[in-house]
Amino acid sequence: MTRTGARVALPGAPAVIGDPGWVRGLVIGTAIAFVGLFVLVPLAAVFREALRAGLAAYGRALVDPAALAAGRLTLATAAIAVPLNVGFGIAAAWAIARVRFPGRAILTTLIDLPLAVSPVIAGMVFVLLFGAHGLLGPWLAAHDLHVIFALPGIVLATTFVTFPFVARELIPVMEAQGAEEEEAAIVLGASGLQTFWRVTLPRIKWGLLHGVVLCTARAVGEFGAVSVVSGHIRGRTNTLPLHVEILYNEYEYQAAFAVASVLVLIALASLVARRVIAHRVEAT
Amino acid sequence: MARRSLPGFAPTLGYTVVYLSLIVLIPLATLAVKSAELSPGELWALATSDRALASYRITFGASLIAALVNAVFGTIVAWALVRYRFPGRALLDAIVDIPFALPTAVSGLALTAVLAPGGWIGRWLAPLGIQAVFTPLGITLALIFIGLPFVVRTVQPVLEDLEPELEEAAAVLGASRRQTVARVVLPTLTPALVTGFALAFARAIGEYGSVVFISGNKQFETEITPLLIMTRLEQFDYAGATALALVMLTVSFAMLLAINGIGAWARRRAGTA
Repeated sequence: MTRTGARVALPGAPAVIGDPGWVRGLVIGTAIAFVGLFVLVPLAAVFREALRAGLAAYGRALVDPAALAAGRLTLATAAIAVPLNVGFGIAAAWAIARVRFPGRAILTTLIDLPLAVSPVIAGMVFVLLFGAHGLLGPWLAAHDLHVIFALPGIVLATTFVTFPFVARELIPVMEAQGAEEEEAAIVLGASGLQTFWRVTLPRIKWGLLHGVVLCTARAVGEFGAVSVVSGHIRGRTNTLPLHVEILYNEYEYQAAFAVASVLVLIALASLVARRVIAHRVEAT
Repeated sequence: MARRSLPGFAPTLGYTVVYLSLIVLIPLATLAVKSAELSPGELWALATSDRALASYRITFGASLIAALVNAVFGTIVAWALVRYRFPGRALLDAIVDIPFALPTAVSGLALTAVLAPGGWIGRWLAPLGIQAVFTPLGITLALIFIGLPFVVRTVQPVLEDLEPELEEAAAVLGASRRQTVARVVLPTLTPALVTGFALAFARAIGEYGSVVFISGNKQFETEITPLLIMTRLEQFDYAGATALALVMLTVSFAMLLAINGIGAWARRRAGTA
């Protein structure tokens, strides 16, 4: 690290546009202090609180039956919501990225809509639709079907909030690649499905994987939307983030932070995976 | 329409529209159906009750301050990441994404732990008479946390693409470094900066999970609008919840349009420049 105005970011650029050393120091110091104070210190605090009573207590909090049930429900929810949105994302990208049609811009904006909606409202619309006092509530009750305060509601709310992730990832990738190779495959006699499996999928697989990681991470961690529809029935309709909240509200702080630390590790793993995959996306 | 030769357009478009309608559009439309059951006067009264107005002040006020703080510090972080090489730069770049990746409930819990009077940061604030937990300050800090990546990630690519020739020309023509940054660099960054600010603000107004732990949820003091909606729902007051949700959605959609508008404006500006 040279300190005399060297600017490695723009090699060969004359030093006239470099910043003086004290400015560099101040900017770097401020950036590190800001990110460190706001992100690293709170993250470290999660592990500190989780391990406050020792490793044995940490382990006990994780194998608690309610925690395990919450973990299973979280996995089940993600296992339904993510494939649904993957199927949608591929279909949407196939239609939107390759063909210019009227309403294309509106459709793209509508796909982004869930990102602009507060998670609480995302959960609330399903309560208005399927809740006991909702539009379809009486009909569901007459047929003994449970959506709200049950798995279907949790899956629906999770699917809503994770809706755009795969599509948003695939549309730009497929637009950038163009359709020449697919067209060649069709001309050579491949069917549409063969073309998809043999030509398109290998070319979009890293972009797809990136979308899947984003979608899964959000599905596992979603709190607000799921909180509205779940009813917080311990051991039955609690996902991991809801379980954290319940433990915290019951003053079981160490257990709450222990479960939270698992979610932190999942989030960090998803970030590492995204970094690795992003390099592949750029390479293809 | 040279690309019409690809098969599967009709079924994939059909599936896209049907799935979009089932998961997003029809559920959102129930809000409109629900609000149609109320007269405009009733809706207005529910949306402008004292408690609702207090929640807007807290939600929008804290979101605005948080987004402004992120605009300033996010630009500084982006500048450090793009312009300088220093040990730990790659790590800093990776850490910026953490608030995106972290479940909001975990963020809320973590911030409450450090800002509580006995926490790692709270213990330094307490002697100064500053209390963050259960105050609007705590809400603002939580919203700064969740909005942190937006400005960094919108400004960073623009800064990377900024051609050094522009700055060199300004410097050669006699501009001081300060003048160059103020008159050449910052105007180029403005659209990205405004977009990042708008994204951070839009995210903050709807935020729930990271705020509820730290806010203490006192009516008229630290009750954000999403929490008030939650409370109304728990009381089966669907009309009250609907009125609040309509206000939130209107603002959110306005932000979405504004963000798209800023993008179009920036592209036009880049095209004509």
